[in-house]
Amino acid sequence: MLLKMVLKAIGRQRRKHYLIALTVGLGVSLATAMLGVMFDVGDKVNQELKSYGANLNIVPKGASMLGELYQTEDTAAEAENVNQENFIPEKELYKIKMIFWAYNIVDFAPYLSVPVEINGQKIILTGTWFNRHLKLPTGDEVDTGMTALKSWWKITGSPGDDGDTSGLLVGRDAAGRLGLKPGDSFSAKAKGKAVDLKVRGVFDSGGPDDGLIFAPLSLAQELSGQAGLVERVEVSALTTPENELARRAAANPGSLSRMEWDTWYCTAYISSIAYQLEEILPGARVKAIRQVAESEGAILTKIQLMMILLTVLTLLCSALAISNLVSAGIMERSVEIGLLKALGASDLSIMFLVLLELFLVALIGGVIGYLIGLGLAQLIGLTVFGASVPVKAAVIPLTCLMVLAVTTVGSLPALRSLLKLEATEVLHGR
Amino acid sequence: MSAILEIQNVSKIYGGVKALQNIQLLVPQGQWLAVMGPSGSGKTTLMNIIGCLDTPTSGRVIMDGLDLGSLSHSGLTAIRRESIGLIFQEFHLISYLTALENVMVAQYYHSLVDENEALEALAGVGLKERAKHLPRQLSGGEQQRVCIARALINHPKVILADEPTGNLDETNERLVMFILHRLHKQGSTIIMVTHAPDVAAHAERIIVLEHGRLASDRENNPVVSQPSEQKSADSRAEELNQNQKSEESFLAGTMAAV
Repeated sequence: MLLKMVLKAIGRQRRKHYLIALTVGLGVSLATAMLGVMFDVGDKVNQELKSYGANLNIVPKGASMLGELYQTEDTAAEAENVNQENFIPEKELYKIKMIFWAYNIVDFAPYLSVPVEINGQKIILTGTWFNRHLKLPTGDEVDTGMTALKSWWKITGSPGDDGDTSGLLVGRDAAGRLGLKPGDSFSAKAKGKAVDLKVRGVFDSGGPDDGLIFAPLSLAQELSGQAGLVERVEVSALTTPENELARRAAANPGSLSRMEWDTWYCTAYISSIAYQLEEILPGARVKAIRQVAESEGAILTKIQLMMILLTVLTLLCSALAISNLVSAGIMERSVEIGLLKALGASDLSIMFLVLLELFLVALIGGVIGYLIGLGLAQLIGLTVFGASVPVKAAVIPLTCLMVLAVTTVGSLPALRSLLKLEATEVLHGR
Repeated sequence: MSAILEIQNVSKIYGGVKALQNIQLLVPQGQWLAVMGPSGSGKTTLMNIIGCLDTPTSGRVIMDGLDLGSLSHSGLTAIRRESIGLIFQEFHLISYLTALENVMVAQYYHSLVDENEALEALAGVGLKERAKHLPRQLSGGEQQRVCIARALINHPKVILADEPTGNLDETNERLVMFILHRLHKQGSTIIMVTHAPDVAAHAERIIVLEHGRLASDRENNPVVSQPSEQKSADSRAEELNQNQKSEESFLAGTMAAV
């Protein structure tokens, strides 16, 4: 009987219920889209920011930190003074992809600098992996290297190739200074050895790298006499925005309690990833490039805050609209409600009847809104980030909660007036 | 005969208006009482208080030995549900439910829904054939009879009828009064508010309210049908109970009988 009453009541006030379903649907669709994007925005923004370079720098323990911290260019004299303690073995670099947060390591590239003389001018030649295919002991295979790490570089000519041991990528400024262009061949000297090289491409990084020359790592190792060694590694990792815990841990991991330490270690903070890299590469120090990490954190926090605010505002607007619609519905049905009271229906049972009716309508609106919201999220993902937004299971219970909350909050004023409604007033017009 | 209702010194004041003043009334079980009086005399206020839809400002109302003043809001709701059947001048049927469902609503809030019992109640007022009709598809008289069936479905101790014929034409008025007569004969206690003397004439006791006071209280010799009419009415009642006659013939027959 209850269901019959509810369904018939819904059918009778069809227009009002359409509007309620529409209001809930609109609110839920926007909120679902916002939540969907919000859950995914961390990864999306991280990936966007990853295209602007590495956020971790691995250097040997013995190397001077000063140059790394302030990103100064090594001079040729400094490069000549390096010794064996200041290098990381190339064969250990695969371990970078074997830490707890291995899947968050997007790319990494090792570097080894060697001063060379080209056309009578001294310049730094940096050996690197352009695009190295690695087979890990776990069975996984990964491709990594500078090409992906510096994806924003504009290259004229051909990109770097690890197999072409005499092919160079020359920075725009260096090419201008040395009078080189793609396809040029020339002779260079390093540590008294002469070597024939050619320019595969000229790159424009828009930064200080334009003054450098990049070559396959094996060439730099051969010229410098540091076979199987690298002097630093740049790592690009997807990270979680820093918070108080991460900052404390970065300053001193020993200051954390056991539980805090576990939380920190198992969260992809840049400091915990750096810590894990140091664990796996004992001879290295890992420095977070704070500026990048903090920018990521700040951007993410702001975007997420904005989305939460938009979600809350959207739901509040829906609740207000529902409140008006339900109140109007109660007013319209005051005689019916008065009659039910006169027949002996308790306030609770009448409230249940009204809420059941409302929740059924809201549920329909919520389901439609959820589906539209998923579509909206995809639209936002594709338009803003150029990638789809995966459906997160957590959004479903959150959507249910939103429908429940919006409907309940929206119906509160109407329920209050329902409780106050006197049967005598509506039945006898007193 | 024991009293089903006892009203002791009941007054009701709305703001500064004294709607009822020191009303004393004893209603024996099975009595048909008519409450008369001009507009604003307090008839409906008295009905609301008896029907547990309102509470007196002072005084006591005792129904079937239970002091209504001692009951909470939910206690009064329970009395409305269990002991009182309400018949309204405006019928107050739920517009989107059929006649049958309107009767079943009262069942739902009372105990269990029984469609057959609800159909029987409709048959009792000659509307079995109209059970699936919506209120807008029924005439005023038919709507009032659905309202009566709804009031009776839970076997109330007291039937409160507020101007039950106020919105009906003469034919339907006679029909409704016929049904009330039958209920009275079956032992129901009926308290009926009316401003129409010919309607009140059917009751066995008539009280008159004026300015919230009990102006008169007298026994009445109810309108008695002629033997031939009585026979005819009885045979109509039997027909109703057996659900054999169509609504049209029921109406036509009753009209002829009255």
